[in-house]
Amino acid sequence: MEPMAIVAIFVLAVFVGFEVVSKVSSTLHTPLMSGANAIHGVILVGAIIVADHSNTNLELGLSVAAIVLATINMVGGFVVTDRMLEMFKGKGKERAKDSK
Amino acid sequence: MSRAIYDLIGLSAGVCFILALKGLSHPRTARRGNLIGALGATIATVVVFFYASESSSLPLNNLGWILGAMVVGLLIGVPAARKVQMTQMPQLVALFNGVGGGAAALVAIVEYLKLGDGAAVAKVVATVFTVIVGCVSFSGSIITFMKLQELMTTRPVVFPGGRFVIAGTLIAVLASGGWVISALGTTPLLVLAGLSLLFGVLFVLPVGGADVPIVISLLNAFTGLTVAASGYVLDSTLLIIAGTLVGASGTILTRLMAEAMGRSLFGTLFGAFTAKPQDVATGGETRPVRSGSPDDVAILLNYARRVVIVPGFGLAVAQAQHTVRELADLLSAKGIDVAYGIHPVAGRMPGHMNVLLAEANVPYEQLAEMDEVNPTFPQTDVALIIGANDVVNPAAKNTPGCPIYGMPILDVSLAGNVIFLKRSMRPGFAGIENELLFDPKTTLLFGDAKASLTKVVGALKTL
Repeated sequence: MEPMAIVAIFVLAVFVGFEVVSKVSSTLHTPLMSGANAIHGVILVGAIIVADHSNTNLELGLSVAAIVLATINMVGGFVVTDRMLEMFKGKGKERAKDSK
Repeated sequence: MSRAIYDLIGLSAGVCFILALKGLSHPRTARRGNLIGALGATIATVVVFFYASESSSLPLNNLGWILGAMVVGLLIGVPAARKVQMTQMPQLVALFNGVGGGAAALVAIVEYLKLGDGAAVAKVVATVFTVIVGCVSFSGSIITFMKLQELMTTRPVVFPGGRFVIAGTLIAVLASGGWVISALGTTPLLVLAGLSLLFGVLFVLPVGGADVPIVISLLNAFTGLTVAASGYVLDSTLLIIAGTLVGASGTILTRLMAEAMGRSLFGTLFGAFTAKPQDVATGGETRPVRSGSPDDVAILLNYARRVVIVPGFGLAVAQAQHTVRELADLLSAKGIDVAYGIHPVAGRMPGHMNVLLAEANVPYEQLAEMDEVNPTFPQTDVALIIGANDVVNPAAKNTPGCPIYGMPILDVSLAGNVIFLKRSMRPGFAGIENELLFDPKTTLLFGDAKASLTKVVGALKTL
């Protein structure tokens, strides 16, 4: 890929990242951190790519370990975030009012 | 599948992640946001099985290994996430973040092993960056996990010359990084990984227990950046977008969390080096305290006009959220004005208490944030503190140099009476003695929060 295109994607993503979470009530800090944590579990895609490219046993072993860890991060992260947010169920309206 | 279609599907997953973060920042849309994120991750994972780059063909090589490893990950991750107690949620998030960092480091190491002599310098640099930061995130998260699980001391760990050891390790990490870049080889890489792991440990050790959530958030942002760097090395737009989003939003979130605790990020990370060691309580306190019976507590509550309940980690440990609601309902029925004073970092994480009390169906109007409830303490007859300590510790206001100095607290000392339900005289998570325990208007009721509350409820019913 063009180096300039990569830099552009990076810079724009930084600003989007800043923008989307700039105003969030402290109640949601923990679920938001947990959700962002689950999103970086998408490194699983990278782990699958390197496993596909692996030629030696060492490379394959490390890739397989990476896949296991990344899957735990991604799937566990989304499940645990959902469990946290489940507790807020049915109280959404009042909460929305409070956080403005 | 052509590269263009693959990239477009990847982009749609990236959009899902943006919508997910956006949704998670608003209470009403939070749960849906999380599901959109999971959808994006699923799309990204499935599509990679249907795209063959120039150097490979479908089906993917080592397909059995890949699917097998994913099943193993699912079998570990899902039960862990579903079975964990609400009280242990924070350390699980720390652990998940750590394994994510570890995964990024491993991906970078494999990628490094495959880089030939003709590799572009920029890619080698990105790989080295991922190994360093991924390893720091991994070992740092393990230490935060151990602190939260109380497998090790929750106090800041400081040893003589600590800051020089940390600075020295950082220099060694950077030097070995330069070595890896100049002399492509396996040995330098192993040295680099080892030093980075060590640095992660040293970096987190001096952080006091109460500040651990901020560090988890920071390490979370770090892991995001490693994912972005891996995306560059692996030529994956999706990984660049997802990783950068997490890195950027994680940085902002870290700052917001530090602000909510009235701390600077710098103070959180390095405060332990500037604090005087004698400010940390030594334990073995022998001054007299006034401890009361459940009946005494019930009488105090019964004749109050306004009661503010301050929940803390002890409430979470004892799973006493339902009992505390029973008590509050009972008091309300007697015409007593009841509110919950929620400190933003009560428990082990921001919002921990809100989650817990929401589970017990506590009416939302009764939950008051710190800024709302603080001005009402002078008109409050009884402040009932259940398993909290650091968030009401006046040391944060009047003991400069102590680890929590400067953190905003709930001013319970302004209330007419203060009741502590505590397991023991042990200091709170930050390891600092609480002067308020020795105050003449303080009554202590020792024991498990749930058992104590049940007795108080019983005593109130007979009054």
